[in-house]
Amino acid sequence: MHHPVISPVREPLVQGRKSYHQITEDICAPTEKAPNLAWTAGFLLSVAIAAFGVACILLTIWNGIGEWNLNRTIGWGWDITNFVWWIGIGHAGTLISAILLLFRQKWRTGVNRAAEAMTIFAVICAGLFPLIHMGRIWLAFFIFPYPNTRGPLWVNFNSPLLWDVFAISTYFTVSLLFWYTGLVPDFATVRDRAKGVRKKIYSVLAMGWTGAAKHWQRHESLSLVLAGLATPLVLSVHTIVSFDFATSVIPGWHTTIFPPYFVAGAIFSGFAMVLTLMIITRKVLGLEEYITVGHIESMNKIIVLTGSIVGVAYLTELFIAWYSGYIYEQFAFYNRALGPYWWSYFGMMTCNVISPQFFWSKKLRRNIAFTFVLSIFINLGMWFERFVIIVTSLHRDYLPSSWSMYAPTWVEVGIFVGTIGIFFVLFLIFVRVAPVVAIAEIKHVLRSSGDQYTGYDADPKYKEYYESVKSGEHAASHDQH
Amino acid sequence: MSKKVLYGLYNDEETLFSAITKAKQSGLDIMDVYTPFPVHGLDDVMELSESRLHIAGFVYGALGTLTALGVMTWVFTRDWPIIFGGKPYFSFPAFVPITFELTVLFAAVGMVLSFYIVCGLGPFAANNPVLDDRITDDKFCIAFDTTGMSQIDLEKYSSFFDNTGVAEVNTKII
Repeated sequence: MHHPVISPVREPLVQGRKSYHQITEDICAPTEKAPNLAWTAGFLLSVAIAAFGVACILLTIWNGIGEWNLNRTIGWGWDITNFVWWIGIGHAGTLISAILLLFRQKWRTGVNRAAEAMTIFAVICAGLFPLIHMGRIWLAFFIFPYPNTRGPLWVNFNSPLLWDVFAISTYFTVSLLFWYTGLVPDFATVRDRAKGVRKKIYSVLAMGWTGAAKHWQRHESLSLVLAGLATPLVLSVHTIVSFDFATSVIPGWHTTIFPPYFVAGAIFSGFAMVLTLMIITRKVLGLEEYITVGHIESMNKIIVLTGSIVGVAYLTELFIAWYSGYIYEQFAFYNRALGPYWWSYFGMMTCNVISPQFFWSKKLRRNIAFTFVLSIFINLGMWFERFVIIVTSLHRDYLPSSWSMYAPTWVEVGIFVGTIGIFFVLFLIFVRVAPVVAIAEIKHVLRSSGDQYTGYDADPKYKEYYESVKSGEHAASHDQH
Repeated sequence: MSKKVLYGLYNDEETLFSAITKAKQSGLDIMDVYTPFPVHGLDDVMELSESRLHIAGFVYGALGTLTALGVMTWVFTRDWPIIFGGKPYFSFPAFVPITFELTVLFAAVGMVLSFYIVCGLGPFAANNPVLDDRITDDKFCIAFDTTGMSQIDLEKYSSFFDNTGVAEVNTKII
C-alpha cells in the first residue's frame, strides 16, 4: 500500500524520525506542563501593555475622539492606519490555511494552526479601531440593517464602508469556524491524555470527537469546501478595504490598482507577522522539528514574491500619476515622496521594496536571525504604507487653505501599542491551551514528508546528495522517486 | 442501550487496510473504524458513500445569495427608495460585494452546523464513549458490535483478528 517516497530535492517537513506517538507527545507538551519563564514574562508584559491600551480606549470613549489629534482635513489617522494594518496581517493565516490547502502545499501543515489563530486575533484588534472611531461606540449596532422604529431606516448598501462591515464580520466568522473545526480532533487528542478537570474541559472543547471513519470523511470534505470559500473571501476582504479608499475622489486613493495592490500587501505583511511569531514560538516551545528551516524558507519565498508585487504596484502608481496628466494626482505623489511626510514614504519604500529583495539569496532565506529582523522591518514598512496612503493623501486638500498636519496624541499611540498587547495576550493563551501545530495533519503527512521516509537519512547516498542540494552546490532539479 | 463492542487496535494504516479487506471478504459486519488522522483510501476500502456535505453547502450558499439580493432590492426599490449619486434604485453592481459576503457566510455557517449535527458532535456530545484513549494518538481501530451475539458468531469475530497483525484485542461495553 505504502512505499517510501525518495525525494532528495523536497526537504523533509518533519524531522527527528518521529513516530505518531512522539508527535502527540511533542505537540501536546506545551499544553500539559507548567509555563516556562519566557512565557510567563512575555505574558505579564503583554497584559501590562494591553491594560494600558484598554485604559486609552476607555479614555477615548469617555471624553470622545477629541482625545485624538484628527482634524477637519485629516479625518483618518492612526486609527484607520492601524485597522488596515491589522486586517492585512490576518490575511496570511487564511492564505496558509486555505489557498495553500487548495494548492496542496504540504508545508502548510506545520504552521497553519498558529497562522489561523493569528488571523483571528489580528481581526479582533482590527475590528476595535472602526468601533472606537465611531465616537459613540454604544450605537455601534446602527451599522447592521435591523428593523428599527425610524421607518425602518436602512443602512446604505451602496457604501464601501458598509461592505466592509459585512466583509469583516463574515471573514471573522468563517475564519473562526474553519480554525475551530480543525482544532476539534486535536482537542480530542489532548482530552484522551488529560485527567480530572482538564479532561472535562477538553471533552467539551472536543465536542465528542471519536475519530470515526465517516466523521473523518465529512471533516475532510468540510475542510476542502471551507478552504474553497475562504480563498475568494480573503481576497474580497482586502479588496473591499481598498474600496473604502478607491471609491472616494481623493487624489492618490482614486485608482483601480488598489484591490490587487492591497491584497498583495496584506499577504506580504501577514507572512512577515507569521515569521515573527513562528520564529519565537518554535524556539520557546521547542518545535524546531515541526516548524523547520525549510518552512521558514518557503515563507520567505512568498515574502519575496508579494514584496515584489507591492514594489511594482508602488512604481506603477508613480508612473500612472505622471502619465495621467492630472495635476492633482501628480501633486499627491510628488508630495508623498518629497513633502513634509517624506520620511514615511522613505520608510515604506526601504522596508517594503528593498528589504525583501535580500531573500533572493538562499543563504539569507534560511538564516533565522536575519529573517526575524527582516520580518520586523516588513511589519514596520507595511504600517508606514498605510500611514502614507491615509495621512499624506489627506493632509494636502484641494483647497490650500485647508492644508493641515497631523501627529498622534499619546492616547492614539497608546491604543495602537495596546492592541499589540491584546494580540500577544491572546496568542500566548492560545499556545498554552491548544495544540500549536495541527497534530492530525502532521501525522497525515508523516509517511510522505517525515525525514525517515523521504530517503533523506535512510540512504547515505541520498543524504550526501541532499546535503549538496541544501548547500546550493547542486542546482539541478530532480523528479520524485 | 449499551453495546458490547469487540475491537482490535493496529499500529499502522497498512495493516489496518488489509484487515478491513479481510473482514469484508469474510462477510463480517464492521461497526466502525477509528483512526487518529484522516487516512486516504479508507472510505473506498470501507465502501463508504461520498459525503453529501458539499451539496448542502451549495444550497446554503444559494440561500445566502438570494437573501442578500432580495433584501437589498426590496429595501432600495420598495421599502425606502433613495437616490444615491444619481444611480438607479436597483444598482446591481453595488449589491455584488454584500451578496458575495452573505453567500460565503451562509454556506460556511450552514455547512459547519450540518457537519456537527450529522456527525452527532457538539458540546452536548462531550460524553461520547471513547473505545480507547490511544485512538486519538497512534492506534488504528476496527470495532465490531457483538451485542446479543451467539457463541458461534462471537468466536468467528474473535478469531478474525488472528493473523491480521493486530496489536491488541479488547472488549468494552459502551
